[in-house]
Amino acid sequence: MARMSMVDAIRDAHDVMMGQDPNVIAFGEDVGYFGGVFRCTAGLQAKYGKGRCFDAPINEAGIVGTAIGMASYGLRPVVEIQFADYMYPAYDQLVSEAARLRHRSAGDFTAPITVRMPTGGGIFGGQTHSQSPEALFTHVAGLKTVVPSNPYDAKGLLIASIEDNDPVVFLEPKRLYNGPFDGHHDGKLVPWTKHELGEVPQGHYTVPLGKAAVRREGDDITILAYGTMVFVAEEAARMAGVDAEIIDLRTLLPLDTDTIVESVRRTGRCVVVHEATLTSGFGAELAAIVQQECFFHLEAPVRRVTGWDTPYPHAQEWDYFPGPQRIAEALKDTLAI
Amino acid sequence: MDSQRLSLRVPEPRYRPGDTPDYSEIRIEAPGETRRPAVDAPAEDMRDVGYGLIRVLGDDDLAHGDWDPGIDGDALLAGLTVMLRVREFDRRMLMAQRQGKTSFYMQCLGEEAIACGFQAELASGDMNFPTYRQQGLLMAAGYPVVDMMCQIYSNEKDPNKGRQLPVMYSSKQFGFFTISGNLATQFVQAVGWAMGSAIAGDTAIAAGWIGDGSTAESDFHSALVFASTYQAPVVLNIVNNQWAISTSQTIAKGGAATFASRGHGFGIPSLRVDGNDYLAVRAASRWAVERARADLGPTLIEWVTYRAAGHSTSDDPSKYRPKDEAATWPLGDPIHRLHRHLVALGDWSDDRRTALESDIAAEMGEHQAHAESHGTLHDGPKPSRDIFEGVFESMPPHLLRQREEAGL
Repeated sequence: MARMSMVDAIRDAHDVMMGQDPNVIAFGEDVGYFGGVFRCTAGLQAKYGKGRCFDAPINEAGIVGTAIGMASYGLRPVVEIQFADYMYPAYDQLVSEAARLRHRSAGDFTAPITVRMPTGGGIFGGQTHSQSPEALFTHVAGLKTVVPSNPYDAKGLLIASIEDNDPVVFLEPKRLYNGPFDGHHDGKLVPWTKHELGEVPQGHYTVPLGKAAVRREGDDITILAYGTMVFVAEEAARMAGVDAEIIDLRTLLPLDTDTIVESVRRTGRCVVVHEATLTSGFGAELAAIVQQECFFHLEAPVRRVTGWDTPYPHAQEWDYFPGPQRIAEALKDTLAI
Repeated sequence: MDSQRLSLRVPEPRYRPGDTPDYSEIRIEAPGETRRPAVDAPAEDMRDVGYGLIRVLGDDDLAHGDWDPGIDGDALLAGLTVMLRVREFDRRMLMAQRQGKTSFYMQCLGEEAIACGFQAELASGDMNFPTYRQQGLLMAAGYPVVDMMCQIYSNEKDPNKGRQLPVMYSSKQFGFFTISGNLATQFVQAVGWAMGSAIAGDTAIAAGWIGDGSTAESDFHSALVFASTYQAPVVLNIVNNQWAISTSQTIAKGGAATFASRGHGFGIPSLRVDGNDYLAVRAASRWAVERARADLGPTLIEWVTYRAAGHSTSDDPSKYRPKDEAATWPLGDPIHRLHRHLVALGDWSDDRRTALESDIAAEMGEHQAHAESHGTLHDGPKPSRDIFEGVFESMPPHLLRQREEAGL
């Protein structure tokens, strides 16, 4: 057991899987010699050779398209899209191809690929290095969508994703790469080595896809969050002085509906939080499920606190970001009903 | 230079409905005129080949030049037979669609030599990434015709379980990647498959297929970038049949002299071949497959042919091109040309061809009756209605709930 950053945990997951399965390979822009712009594949080329970890042309459709071809050959590629914002050229390959091979060929061909991409903002990345496109994946039949919030989960979920025989989109909250983030952007970064969730076991372990984690137990209200917003939600509950139950969804699809429903039926109140834009965001799906499954237990309307429906701005990113103050107010409002 | 008011140029085909097509002034290279480079020659030393036209069969119906693949008469007859089987298969399935037994069909009329000839040069274990007009690959590989028909009928024996449009076959065993129905995505996947084979240290190679129109897609260029960068063991086939539904090849090609020359900027050896010349198809395929197999990297091939039928059963080509354009197409019909070559070699005749066609018609009729005994789109046994199976390897809770709600 060692404490490490989420970057190191992700690199470790690659290392474990490449070490035990020769079919696991990693490639993407700057992924090979340099080890990725966020360093998530550092050292892998030196350890496993250029045939198993290599640089790709700046061509996301080609990265995902060739990964699908390799997977249909029999490999298990793990590819990096440098920023989730760069994924759109590869969207056809993900939606029309990877997601559907198994179904359309009646199991003759499958696409066991993992497509990693840093997601979310809070690093002054502007509109092309900050987006959270998870709802574009959860809307597609045949894709699994995973968003870890800490190093322990990141390693265990990534290993589970690589071992999964279906395509997985693995969204890595880049604001959390080096430490948990409570939403106070002017505060000092606390490294993962100072946090218990930075504790990462050595070797192989998995965090199963489709299972949420209860980060904080509480009786007054349920907060549904994932990725960057998990720790922001914790801070918001503290600021509001609310006994909130905070559920870290970890996997958006398949979704752990049972954990959500059990919690909301008990607390009777629910606030959904995500960094992505509001309209048609994943929060709409969560609110619909809670409404349908918990209607007679609800004491107040389900509230969403999200990024605004604007492009992710540069200088004004903290005006966009659904920070702890906005969430705290929503918690208090929802409890006042 | 003086500035002037700018204008948009939109390319047009040579002829439109009402015109009398005349290709007599187009110069067609003589057999043997386009040279045969060594398979290991550098790409930059063979650019002329991408502007030529590889042909073997001459007007005298005999084989000529360095590209003559030297295939014996029995093998050529086998090639003729598979092309005739494809044509009869197409004829019957077109009729079946007109009879309402399926929703949709796509023929490869006039293009049979390309897929049938190419497949003959592949080995077991190689993988094609086809478009919807390469049924010849499957039939030449020996895939059961009944299974193809069951797929077209979406019946209880449809290998795709009724999930895909007719002609979107899939067979890993027969080296035929599942057809998507959108365009060009398979071209870069073929490169990925070939890279996978190289990573694994295998000996198998891949072949990508694309139409002239879809070369305009980004995935075409992605494929060329990756094939070039990693020197993937892949043959990248462009079937230039002149028409993308109603859009002439001039719209995708723009100012480029040939589609084959698209490969030059990527340093990929590129051939331009008479796709209606079965011998030229075999020879060029063999050359490219040999290159890939010898780990010499990718080859781009433009197969020049003509889509003699409509794009699909939903298309009426008389609305956008002269009705008799196919008949005046200067490269002729691939089946007739190979037939005449066999006659010229002796030991073959019109009568023998008629007898062969009769045998094939009887065989296909039996296959069709067999397939229809398993149902057609609107009649008889159907595939399972369980559309939820196979979305994922194991069914997640939300699909279990939806399946229960759907009552399936």
